[in-house]
Amino acid sequence: MTPADCFAKLPDLLSDDADLLRRGRWLNVECRIDIGTEPFHLTFKDGALVSFDRGPRLMRSTAFTVRGSDEAWRHHWQKMPPPGWHDLFALTKRGAASLEGDLRPLLQNLQVFKDLLALPRRLAEAS
Amino acid sequence: MAPALDPMVGRYLRLDIDGTPHRLYFEEAGSGIPLVCLHTAGADGRQFRHLMADPEITSRFRVIAFDMPWHGKSTPPDGWEKTEYRLTTASYTAAIRAFCQALELDRPVVMGCSIGGRIVLNLAIGHAAEFRALVALEAADFQQPWYDTAWLHRPDVHGGEVCAALISGLIAPQSPPVSRHETLWMYMQGGPGIFKGDLYFYRMDGDLREKVTSIDTSLCPLYLLTGEYDFSCTAEDTLRTASQIPGAQVQVMKELGHFPMSENPARFREYILPVLAKIASTSSS
Repeated sequence: MTPADCFAKLPDLLSDDADLLRRGRWLNVECRIDIGTEPFHLTFKDGALVSFDRGPRLMRSTAFTVRGSDEAWRHHWQKMPPPGWHDLFALTKRGAASLEGDLRPLLQNLQVFKDLLALPRRLAEAS
Repeated sequence: MAPALDPMVGRYLRLDIDGTPHRLYFEEAGSGIPLVCLHTAGADGRQFRHLMADPEITSRFRVIAFDMPWHGKSTPPDGWEKTEYRLTTASYTAAIRAFCQALELDRPVVMGCSIGGRIVLNLAIGHAAEFRALVALEAADFQQPWYDTAWLHRPDVHGGEVCAALISGLIAPQSPPVSRHETLWMYMQGGPGIFKGDLYFYRMDGDLREKVTSIDTSLCPLYLLTGEYDFSCTAEDTLRTASQIPGAQVQVMKELGHFPMSENPARFREYILPVLAKIASTSSS
Protein backbone atom coordinates (compact mmCIF):
# COMPACT_ATOMS: atom_id res chain seq x y z
CA MET A 1 0.00 0.00 0.00
CA THR A 2 1.27 3.49 -0.84
CA PRO A 3 1.21 6.12 1.91
CA ALA A 4 -1.72 7.78 0.10
CA ASP A 5 -3.60 4.46 0.08
CA CYS A 6 -3.02 4.23 3.83
CA PHE A 7 -4.33 7.74 4.40
CA ALA A 8 -7.39 6.96 2.27
CA LYS A 9 -8.52 4.72 5.14
CA LEU A 10 -8.70 7.68 7.51
CA PRO A 11 -12.52 7.93 7.68
CA ASP A 12 -12.81 4.33 8.91
CA LEU A 13 -9.91 4.73 11.32
CA LEU A 14 -11.48 7.88 12.76
CA SER A 15 -14.94 6.41 13.10
CA ASP A 16 -13.42 3.56 15.12
CA ASP A 17 -11.84 5.99 17.61
CA ALA A 18 -14.52 7.24 19.98
CA ASP A 19 -12.00 9.07 22.15
CA LEU A 20 -10.55 11.07 19.26
CA LEU A 21 -14.05 11.91 18.05
CA ARG A 22 -14.92 13.15 21.54
CA ARG A 23 -11.79 15.31 21.76
CA GLY A 24 -12.33 16.65 18.24
CA ARG A 25 -15.92 17.65 18.77
CA TRP A 26 -15.13 21.37 18.33
CA LEU A 27 -13.64 21.03 14.84
CA ASN A 28 -15.15 23.23 12.16
CA VAL A 29 -12.62 23.56 9.38
CA GLU A 30 -11.72 22.76 5.79
CA CYS A 31 -8.12 21.64 5.43
CA ARG A 32 -5.85 19.89 2.99
CA ILE A 33 -3.39 17.11 3.74
CA ASP A 34 -0.82 16.20 1.09
CA ILE A 35 0.54 12.69 1.16
CA GLY A 36 3.47 12.95 -1.17
CA THR A 37 2.02 14.37 -4.38
CA GLU A 38 -1.58 13.38 -3.58
CA PRO A 39 -3.80 16.00 -1.97
CA PHE A 40 -6.68 15.06 0.34
CA HIS A 41 -9.40 17.58 1.20
CA LEU A 42 -11.09 17.20 4.59
CA THR A 43 -14.14 19.07 5.88
CA PHE A 44 -15.08 18.90 9.56
CA LYS A 45 -18.41 20.20 10.88
CA ASP A 46 -19.00 20.10 14.62
CA GLY A 47 -16.36 17.42 14.87
CA ALA A 48 -17.75 15.17 12.15
CA LEU A 49 -15.68 14.42 9.05
CA VAL A 50 -18.42 15.34 6.56
CA SER A 51 -16.28 15.16 3.42
CA PHE A 52 -13.03 13.42 2.55
CA ASP A 53 -11.92 13.82 -1.06
CA ARG A 54 -8.85 12.25 -2.57
CA GLY A 55 -7.13 13.99 -5.45
CA PRO A 56 -6.99 17.54 -6.75
CA ARG A 57 -10.17 19.62 -6.42
CA LEU A 58 -10.10 22.78 -8.51
CA MET A 59 -10.45 25.99 -6.49
CA ARG A 60 -11.21 24.11 -3.27
CA SER A 61 -10.84 26.50 -0.36
CA THR A 62 -8.78 25.39 2.63
CA ALA A 63 -7.84 27.04 5.91
CA PHE A 64 -4.50 25.29 6.13
CA THR A 65 -2.45 22.63 4.40
CA VAL A 66 -0.17 20.01 5.92
CA ARG A 67 2.26 18.65 3.35
CA GLY A 68 4.55 15.69 3.87
CA SER A 69 6.70 13.58 1.60
CA ASP A 70 5.92 9.91 1.05
CA GLU A 71 9.06 9.11 3.01
CA ALA A 72 7.86 11.27 5.93
CA TRP A 73 4.48 9.58 6.21
CA ARG A 74 5.91 6.10 5.66
CA HIS A 75 8.26 6.55 8.62
CA HIS A 76 5.65 8.39 10.69
CA TRP A 77 3.17 5.55 10.37
CA GLN A 78 5.49 2.74 11.38
CA LYS A 79 4.23 0.77 14.35
CA MET A 80 7.15 2.19 16.36
CA PRO A 81 8.32 5.24 14.39
CA PRO A 82 12.05 5.95 14.51
CA PRO A 83 13.46 9.04 16.29
CA GLY A 84 13.04 12.21 14.26
CA TRP A 85 10.04 10.83 12.33
CA HIS A 86 7.65 10.20 15.23
CA ASP A 87 5.91 13.59 15.51
CA LEU A 88 4.47 16.16 13.11
CA PHE A 89 6.95 18.78 14.33
CA ALA A 90 9.85 16.37 14.11
CA LEU A 91 8.91 16.09 10.43
CA THR A 92 8.65 19.84 9.90
CA LYS A 93 11.92 20.46 11.75
CA ARG A 94 13.78 18.05 9.46
CA GLY A 95 12.13 19.58 6.39
CA ALA A 96 10.10 16.48 5.49
CA ALA A 97 6.75 18.22 6.10
CA SER A 98 5.36 21.76 6.14
CA LEU A 99 2.42 23.72 7.55
CA GLU A 100 0.87 26.49 5.46
CA GLY A 101 -2.15 28.80 5.61
CA ASP A 102 -4.19 29.93 8.61
CA LEU A 103 -2.70 27.80 11.36
CA ARG A 104 -5.10 29.00 14.05
CA PRO A 105 -7.63 26.13 13.74
CA LEU A 106 -4.71 23.71 13.67
CA LEU A 107 -3.13 25.13 16.82
CA GLN A 108 -6.50 25.40 18.58
CA ASN A 109 -6.96 21.66 18.09
CA LEU A 110 -3.35 20.61 17.84
CA GLN A 111 -3.38 17.34 19.77
CA VAL A 112 -6.47 16.20 17.86
CA PHE A 113 -4.83 16.91 14.50
CA LYS A 114 -1.57 15.25 15.53
CA ASP A 115 -3.48 12.16 16.63
CA LEU A 116 -5.61 12.26 13.49
CA LEU A 117 -2.54 12.39 11.23
CA ALA A 118 -0.99 9.50 13.15
CA LEU A 119 -4.08 7.26 12.78
CA PRO A 120 -2.67 5.23 9.84
CA ARG A 121 -0.11 3.88 12.33
CA ARG A 122 -2.93 1.59 13.43
CA LEU A 123 -2.73 -0.18 10.05
CA ALA A 124 0.86 -1.20 10.85
CA GLU A 125 -0.16 -2.22 14.36
CA ALA A 126 -2.93 -4.42 13.00
CA SER A 127 -0.79 -6.18 10.38
CA MET B 1 -4.65 0.36 57.70
CA ALA B 2 -1.83 2.93 57.64
CA PRO B 3 -2.23 5.76 55.13
CA ALA B 4 -0.36 5.19 51.88
CA LEU B 5 1.94 8.23 51.93
CA ASP B 6 4.55 9.07 49.33
CA PRO B 7 7.92 9.73 51.01
CA MET B 8 8.53 13.32 49.84
CA VAL B 9 7.47 16.32 51.91
CA GLY B 10 6.75 19.82 50.61
CA ARG B 11 7.46 23.19 52.19
CA TYR B 12 7.60 26.88 51.25
CA LEU B 13 10.89 28.76 51.47
CA ARG B 14 11.10 32.55 51.88
CA LEU B 15 14.10 34.07 50.17
CA ASP B 16 15.26 37.07 48.18
CA ILE B 17 16.32 36.61 44.57
CA ASP B 18 18.11 39.63 43.15
CA GLY B 19 16.56 41.75 45.91
CA THR B 20 12.98 40.58 45.25
CA PRO B 21 11.18 38.62 47.97
CA HIS B 22 9.96 35.21 46.82
CA ARG B 23 8.06 32.32 48.33
CA LEU B 24 9.22 29.14 46.62
CA TYR B 25 7.67 25.72 46.96
CA PHE B 26 9.94 22.71 47.12
CA GLU B 27 9.70 19.02 47.85
CA GLU B 28 12.38 16.77 49.22
CA ALA B 29 13.10 13.22 50.27
CA GLY B 30 16.11 11.31 51.49
CA SER B 31 19.34 12.23 53.18
CA GLY B 32 22.98 12.54 52.24
CA ILE B 33 24.44 14.41 49.30
CA PRO B 34 22.12 17.26 48.31
CA LEU B 35 20.75 16.74 44.79
CA VAL B 36 18.85 19.76 43.49
CA CYS B 37 16.58 19.01 40.53
CA LEU B 38 15.53 21.62 37.96
CA HIS B 39 12.34 21.03 36.02
CA THR B 40 11.72 21.78 32.33
CA ALA B 41 10.25 24.99 30.92
CA GLY B 42 6.60 25.57 31.76
CA ALA B 43 6.44 22.68 34.22
CA ASP B 44 7.24 22.18 37.91
CA GLY B 45 9.11 20.01 40.38
CA ARG B 46 6.60 17.17 40.28
CA GLN B 47 8.52 15.86 37.28
CA PHE B 48 11.05 14.42 39.75
CA ARG B 49 8.61 12.62 42.04
CA HIS B 50 9.83 9.19 41.01
CA LEU B 51 13.41 9.99 41.98
CA MET B 52 12.16 11.19 45.35
CA ALA B 53 10.36 7.88 45.87
CA ASP B 54 13.31 5.67 44.94
CA PRO B 55 15.06 4.27 48.04
CA GLU B 56 18.14 3.43 46.02
CA ILE B 57 18.55 7.15 45.42
CA THR B 58 17.18 8.64 48.64
CA SER B 59 19.37 6.35 50.78
CA ARG B 60 22.39 8.33 49.55
CA PHE B 61 20.96 11.61 48.29
CA ARG B 62 18.78 14.35 49.72
CA VAL B 63 16.71 14.91 46.58
CA ILE B 64 15.23 18.41 46.40
CA ALA B 65 13.03 19.79 43.60
CA PHE B 66 11.82 23.37 43.76
CA ASP B 67 9.20 25.05 41.59
CA MET B 68 10.89 27.96 39.84
CA PRO B 69 9.46 31.42 40.53
CA TRP B 70 6.11 31.75 38.68
CA HIS B 71 5.81 27.93 38.39
CA GLY B 72 3.89 25.21 40.18
CA LYS B 73 3.01 26.16 43.76
CA SER B 74 5.61 28.93 44.05
CA THR B 75 3.88 32.25 44.59
CA PRO B 76 4.64 34.75 41.81
CA PRO B 77 6.34 37.89 43.13
CA ASP B 78 4.18 40.83 44.25
CA GLY B 79 3.13 42.92 41.26
CA TRP B 80 3.30 39.97 38.87
CA GLU B 81 0.11 41.14 37.19
CA LYS B 82 1.92 44.18 35.82
CA THR B 83 4.86 42.23 34.43
CA GLU B 84 5.48 40.07 31.38
CA TYR B 85 7.44 37.09 32.66
CA ARG B 86 10.76 36.48 30.94
CA LEU B 87 13.41 34.13 32.18
CA THR B 88 17.01 35.14 31.50
CA THR B 89 20.35 33.45 32.04
CA ALA B 90 21.05 35.89 34.88
CA SER B 91 17.67 35.52 36.63
CA TYR B 92 17.68 31.74 36.34
CA THR B 93 21.24 31.43 37.65
CA ALA B 94 20.41 33.81 40.51
CA ALA B 95 17.33 31.78 41.49
CA ILE B 96 19.26 28.50 41.67
CA ARG B 97 22.16 29.96 43.66
CA ALA B 98 19.80 31.80 46.03
CA PHE B 99 17.81 28.61 46.64
CA CYS B 100 20.93 26.56 47.38
CA GLN B 101 22.30 29.25 49.71
CA ALA B 102 18.99 29.77 51.52
CA LEU B 103 18.79 26.03 52.26
CA GLU B 104 22.47 26.08 53.28
CA LEU B 105 23.29 23.22 50.94
CA ASP B 106 26.94 22.20 50.98
CA ARG B 107 28.17 21.95 47.39
CA PRO B 108 25.05 20.27 46.05
CA VAL B 109 24.76 18.23 42.90
CA VAL B 110 22.48 20.00 40.44
CA MET B 111 20.56 18.04 37.82
CA GLY B 112 18.42 19.96 35.36
CA CYS B 113 16.38 19.01 32.33
CA SER B 114 15.85 21.00 29.12
CA ILE B 115 16.14 24.66 30.15
CA GLY B 116 17.31 23.18 33.45
CA GLY B 117 19.99 21.33 31.50
CA ARG B 118 21.01 24.45 29.62
CA ILE B 119 21.37 26.43 32.85
CA VAL B 120 23.42 23.59 34.33
CA LEU B 121 25.90 24.24 31.53
CA ASN B 122 25.94 27.88 32.58
CA LEU B 123 26.60 26.85 36.19
CA ALA B 124 29.52 24.79 34.91
CA ILE B 125 30.83 27.80 33.01
CA GLY B 126 30.53 30.36 35.79
CA HIS B 127 30.10 28.71 39.17
CA ALA B 128 31.60 25.23 39.02
CA ALA B 129 33.32 25.45 42.40
CA GLU B 130 29.96 25.76 44.18
CA PHE B 131 28.82 22.30 43.06
CA ARG B 132 30.15 18.78 43.53
CA ALA B 133 28.75 17.50 40.24
CA LEU B 134 26.43 18.73 37.49
CA VAL B 135 24.01 16.64 35.45
CA ALA B 136 22.52 18.14 32.29
CA LEU B 137 19.55 16.25 30.84
CA GLU B 138 18.40 17.08 27.30
CA ALA B 139 20.94 19.89 27.14
CA ALA B 140 23.07 21.55 24.49
CA ASP B 141 24.86 24.83 23.97
CA PHE B 142 22.29 25.73 21.30
CA GLN B 143 19.24 24.17 19.64
CA GLN B 144 17.47 25.06 16.43
CA PRO B 145 13.95 26.42 17.19
CA TRP B 146 11.12 24.30 15.78
CA TYR B 147 7.99 26.46 16.35
CA ASP B 148 6.84 30.01 16.87
CA THR B 149 6.39 30.69 20.60
CA ALA B 150 3.80 33.41 19.80
CA TRP B 151 1.21 30.58 19.73
CA LEU B 152 1.80 29.82 23.40
CA HIS B 153 0.04 32.87 24.84
CA ARG B 154 -2.85 34.44 22.97
CA PRO B 155 -6.56 34.67 23.79
CA ASP B 156 -7.85 32.54 20.90
CA VAL B 157 -5.73 29.45 21.68
CA HIS B 158 -5.89 27.60 25.01
CA GLY B 159 -2.41 28.05 26.43
CA GLY B 160 -2.27 24.90 28.52
CA GLU B 161 -3.59 22.68 25.77
CA VAL B 162 -1.37 24.06 23.02
CA CYS B 163 1.74 23.86 25.24
CA ALA B 164 0.99 20.22 26.03
CA ALA B 165 0.14 19.37 22.42
CA LEU B 166 3.36 20.91 21.14
CA ILE B 167 5.63 19.12 23.58
CA SER B 168 3.75 15.82 23.39
CA GLY B 169 5.86 14.83 20.40
CA LEU B 170 9.03 15.13 22.46
CA ILE B 171 7.95 12.10 24.50
CA ALA B 172 9.24 8.79 23.17
CA PRO B 173 6.54 6.54 21.69
CA GLN B 174 7.70 3.71 23.99
CA SER B 175 6.88 5.71 27.15
CA PRO B 176 3.97 4.32 29.19
CA PRO B 177 0.70 6.15 28.39
CA VAL B 178 0.06 6.93 32.07
CA SER B 179 3.44 8.63 32.44
CA ARG B 180 3.03 10.41 29.10
CA HIS B 181 -0.27 11.92 30.17
CA GLU B 182 0.95 12.86 33.64
CA THR B 183 3.81 14.74 31.96
CA LEU B 184 1.33 16.51 29.67
CA TRP B 185 -0.99 17.35 32.56
CA MET B 186 1.76 19.41 34.20
CA TYR B 187 2.12 21.41 30.99
CA MET B 188 -1.61 22.04 30.89
CA GLN B 189 -1.41 23.57 34.37
CA GLY B 190 1.23 26.24 33.75
CA GLY B 191 0.36 29.91 34.28
CA PRO B 192 -0.49 32.05 31.24
CA GLY B 193 2.62 32.97 29.26
CA ILE B 194 5.01 31.16 31.58
CA PHE B 195 6.18 28.50 29.14
CA LYS B 196 6.69 31.24 26.57
CA GLY B 197 8.61 33.33 29.10
CA ASP B 198 10.87 30.39 29.93
CA LEU B 199 11.64 29.89 26.27
CA TYR B 200 12.87 33.48 26.06
CA PHE B 201 15.89 32.18 27.97
CA TYR B 202 16.18 29.23 25.63
CA ARG B 203 15.82 31.10 22.39
CA MET B 204 16.97 34.67 22.93
CA ASP B 205 19.25 34.81 25.90
CA GLY B 206 20.87 31.46 26.56
CA ASP B 207 23.11 30.77 23.58
CA LEU B 208 26.18 29.12 25.08
CA ARG B 209 28.04 28.36 21.86
CA GLU B 210 31.73 29.10 22.32
CA LYS B 211 31.23 29.60 26.07
CA VAL B 212 31.04 25.87 26.85
CA THR B 213 34.65 25.43 25.77
CA SER B 214 35.69 27.17 29.00
CA ILE B 215 34.10 24.47 31.22
CA ASP B 216 36.68 22.83 33.49
CA THR B 217 35.42 19.37 34.49
CA SER B 218 38.33 18.94 36.91
CA LEU B 219 36.64 21.60 39.05
CA CYS B 220 33.25 19.89 38.84
CA PRO B 221 32.35 16.70 36.95
CA LEU B 222 29.75 17.19 34.20
CA TYR B 223 27.39 14.52 32.88
CA LEU B 224 25.17 14.97 29.82
CA LEU B 225 22.33 12.56 29.02
CA THR B 226 19.86 12.99 26.17
CA GLY B 227 16.98 10.83 24.97
CA GLU B 228 17.13 9.64 21.37
CA TYR B 229 13.54 10.77 20.68
CA ASP B 230 14.19 14.38 21.75
CA PHE B 231 14.03 16.37 18.51
CA SER B 232 14.17 19.70 20.38
CA CYS B 233 17.57 19.00 21.90
CA THR B 234 18.75 16.23 19.63
CA ALA B 235 21.34 13.62 20.51
CA GLU B 236 23.56 15.29 17.89
CA ASP B 237 23.17 18.66 19.69
CA THR B 238 24.29 17.10 22.98
CA LEU B 239 27.14 15.13 21.42
CA ARG B 240 28.38 18.26 19.65
CA THR B 241 28.29 20.16 22.95
CA ALA B 242 30.06 17.40 24.88
CA SER B 243 32.78 17.15 22.24
CA GLN B 244 33.83 20.70 23.09
CA ILE B 245 34.17 20.01 26.83
CA PRO B 246 37.19 17.88 27.82
CA GLY B 247 36.19 15.35 30.48
CA ALA B 248 32.42 15.69 29.98
CA GLN B 249 30.66 12.32 30.17
CA VAL B 250 27.88 11.93 27.65
CA GLN B 251 25.25 9.30 26.98
CA VAL B 252 22.37 8.97 24.53
CA MET B 253 19.40 7.29 26.20
CA LYS B 254 17.46 4.76 24.12
CA GLU B 255 13.66 4.86 23.98
CA LEU B 256 13.51 8.13 25.91
CA GLY B 257 12.56 11.65 24.90
CA HIS B 258 12.77 15.15 26.34
CA PHE B 259 11.28 14.35 29.79
CA PRO B 260 13.11 11.18 30.85
CA MET B 261 12.42 11.42 34.59
CA SER B 262 8.65 11.77 34.19
CA GLU B 263 7.84 10.16 30.82
CA ASN B 264 9.43 6.81 31.60
CA PRO B 265 10.79 6.70 35.17
CA ALA B 266 11.76 3.02 35.03
CA ARG B 267 13.80 3.43 31.86
CA PHE B 268 15.44 6.65 33.09
CA ARG B 269 16.44 4.88 36.29
CA GLU B 270 18.64 2.52 34.28
CA TYR B 271 20.64 5.50 33.05
CA ILE B 272 20.69 7.79 36.07
CA LEU B 273 21.51 5.25 38.82
CA PRO B 274 25.04 4.57 37.49
CA VAL B 275 25.67 8.32 37.19
CA LEU B 276 24.51 8.94 40.76
CA ALA B 277 26.54 5.95 42.01
CA LYS B 278 29.62 7.42 40.39
CA ILE B 279 28.96 10.82 41.96
CA ALA B 280 28.40 9.23 45.38
CA SER B 281 31.58 7.14 45.13
CA THR B 282 33.77 10.13 44.33
CA SER B 283 32.11 12.50 46.78
CA SER B 284 32.48 12.92 50.52
CA SER B 285 29.13 14.04 51.94
